[in-house]
Amino acid sequence: MESETTLTNESEILNSTLQFEKNAGIKNIVLAGNPNVGKSCFFNFLSGMYADVSNFPGTTVSITKGYYKGIEVLDTPGIYGVGSFNDEEKVARDIILNAGVILNVVNALSLDRDLFLTLQLIDMGKKISVLLNFSDELEKRKIKIDTKKLSNILGVEVFETAAVYKKGFDKLDDAIKFAKTGKQDSDLTKLLLKKVDGTIPQSEGLLLLEGDDSISSKNNLTIGTSDDRERIYIGRRNRVTEIIDEVEQEDSRKGEIFNLFGRYSLHPLTGIPILICMLALVYFFIGDFVSQRVVNFTEKKIGREIFEYHVKSLVGNFTDVEIETTSLNNDGSTELKTFSFPNGMDSNLQLKNEFQNFIITKSPQIEFHFKDIIPKLFFGEFGIITMTITYLVFLLFPLVVGFYFIMALFEDSGYLPRLATMLDRSFNKIGLNGRAVIPIMLGFGCITMANITTRLLGSEKEKSIVTAILQFVIPCSAQLAVIAALLSGSGIGPLLLYVSVIFTVLICLSTILNKLIPGESTPLLIDLPMIGFPKLNNVFKKTFYRSWGFMKEAGFWFFVGALAVGLMDITGMLKIWQDVLAPFTTTWLKLPKEASSAFVMGMVRRDFGAAGLFHMDLSIMQKTVSIITITLFVPCIASFVVMLKERGWKEGLLVWFSTWVTAFFIGGLVAQAVI
Amino acid sequence: MLSKTLDKSKKGNQIKIHKLPEGNIKSQLIRLGITEGDSLKCIERLPGGTIVVQKNRQEIAIGFELAKKIKIILH
Repeated sequence: MESETTLTNESEILNSTLQFEKNAGIKNIVLAGNPNVGKSCFFNFLSGMYADVSNFPGTTVSITKGYYKGIEVLDTPGIYGVGSFNDEEKVARDIILNAGVILNVVNALSLDRDLFLTLQLIDMGKKISVLLNFSDELEKRKIKIDTKKLSNILGVEVFETAAVYKKGFDKLDDAIKFAKTGKQDSDLTKLLLKKVDGTIPQSEGLLLLEGDDSISSKNNLTIGTSDDRERIYIGRRNRVTEIIDEVEQEDSRKGEIFNLFGRYSLHPLTGIPILICMLALVYFFIGDFVSQRVVNFTEKKIGREIFEYHVKSLVGNFTDVEIETTSLNNDGSTELKTFSFPNGMDSNLQLKNEFQNFIITKSPQIEFHFKDIIPKLFFGEFGIITMTITYLVFLLFPLVVGFYFIMALFEDSGYLPRLATMLDRSFNKIGLNGRAVIPIMLGFGCITMANITTRLLGSEKEKSIVTAILQFVIPCSAQLAVIAALLSGSGIGPLLLYVSVIFTVLICLSTILNKLIPGESTPLLIDLPMIGFPKLNNVFKKTFYRSWGFMKEAGFWFFVGALAVGLMDITGMLKIWQDVLAPFTTTWLKLPKEASSAFVMGMVRRDFGAAGLFHMDLSIMQKTVSIITITLFVPCIASFVVMLKERGWKEGLLVWFSTWVTAFFIGGLVAQAVI
Repeated sequence: MLSKTLDKSKKGNQIKIHKLPEGNIKSQLIRLGITEGDSLKCIERLPGGTIVVQKNRQEIAIGFELAKKIKIILH
């Protein structure tokens, strides 16, 4: 009987060209699976949208939603089972409880790990299809999986796929259409009938049997205890083992995946040199190649000399402008020359010609000073159009692309969980476990995103500590970009000073927080994914989407910041603000008074604040002090808002105010010592 | 046959899980595939006691504090 049903199903599948009628009675399609199984690839394909694909837990942090043929598609964070052990799991659990059809993505190479979730989904009575991903790798590793048998045992359809190559994607319609409830554990079914009231959906009923606290409190009903859960889990584990014995064959038991690099990156003796090599490569790539060669070209050449010059001279044709030029004579002396056009350049063509010939022969540095308010606001020193676009497009963008590229390489290689393992004991000393390395590393990309990833940490204490570390000391990629640009060419000294100050603050801050914040920290328990060279296709895609996302997000706030500073400049408020902060900036931080305008911008975005320092005439040590201060300064508006959402008003505001104090205090200390 | 805790195992040891600590962490271990009676291989012991074990093709890192609470039998 069994095989007959399967056969008819198969012929149905072969003949079907699925056209979903509007909604087709399917509430929604949910993608569920363990971390690192490639769920997001399927989501991207189905929804036509981009979700972050990554080789470590924690990237699908907020619910990603799209539509496939009129049906809602939901992506979930990677989980090892449906439960309530951390916030990510709770998010996934709620989506799964509400799922119409579940596409359970399974990594064919770690079937014994992944099938636990599959069996649990089946026990929940959910309609599922299994997508056996990475099936192309099986042959290479001499592993055989009997898909038909697996399908028979589970009672659901199993489709072989290779998401990276879009193999098997033509079967996704079938997977959705033929999703069904599988063969449930008969003992559990009996238990459900006996203990759980029929009005409660089976999926919630199962979690109640498994003693899930959140579902218990939601229904105001406790059925199972944690002992029951263990019993059920052990039973399910044993079934997984039985299934594996039935369906999987490994030609040579010794053909284990033994990856030397992966092993070496774990032990500090070899792992620390590997880490240092990686960081050195990053330094050469970002610090040397991108921030000097590329940015020199984009920012100075394209940004200032071509873009800004043309925009400004176009505007200068019609408005009151004074043009200051500084040119270098053959003997090394500089020459200042000013051209005045009270009625615009077009009203004095003779002088305009003279000016144009002058720049062709002398190629001087040129500064436009607009006299009227509107041109000044839009095209002046803090010009909303001129400055913002130069910083954003020609300075930050290339650097941010560089950083996101490196981050993507790191993430997709499977290296981060190993780094987490190597650093675990050091993190223990500050009340964290190695897992915290993931939000912190992500913070070097974007603090806002990293704030959300703190959800994967096990306890409130750990979340508070990491959130604080992120807001206080971790510079995001945009900020690092400006720092790299500011420090480029001034040797290793200032860089070392910067790194050691920030690192010292990190150690002190986290040690204090560990002492002050009550509560427990959880121990490390992390699954190490396979290590390997990342798929470049995926890396480029990720870099592109993240950089694009950055531009969309940051662009707006850059314009807001520029407008705010521009308005303050015109109304004279900037002068007042500078005067108020002057004692701090000039005597304590030993910076020019104008540096305080960088702090106004810094409240909007820290990188924007740092960018404000760019055109100031600062000594190398002054630059170092200002980037230390800006790094420790308040988080940008976006991450501030996310922090408030994740950690609550009290904690968020406390962190925000403390960053003010710390930034000025530490910055000043350094200034007093080195300037 | 020697009864110990997991943090004491050395690189290369074949071990058998004897007793897992109680509570939520036990459920998490079981889900990941580590159950009482399982045979595993310790593939790395880092200074400080972080342990990396291997089960079939899967590698799992276990922090020192947790490893101390897992009772094992050395083969």
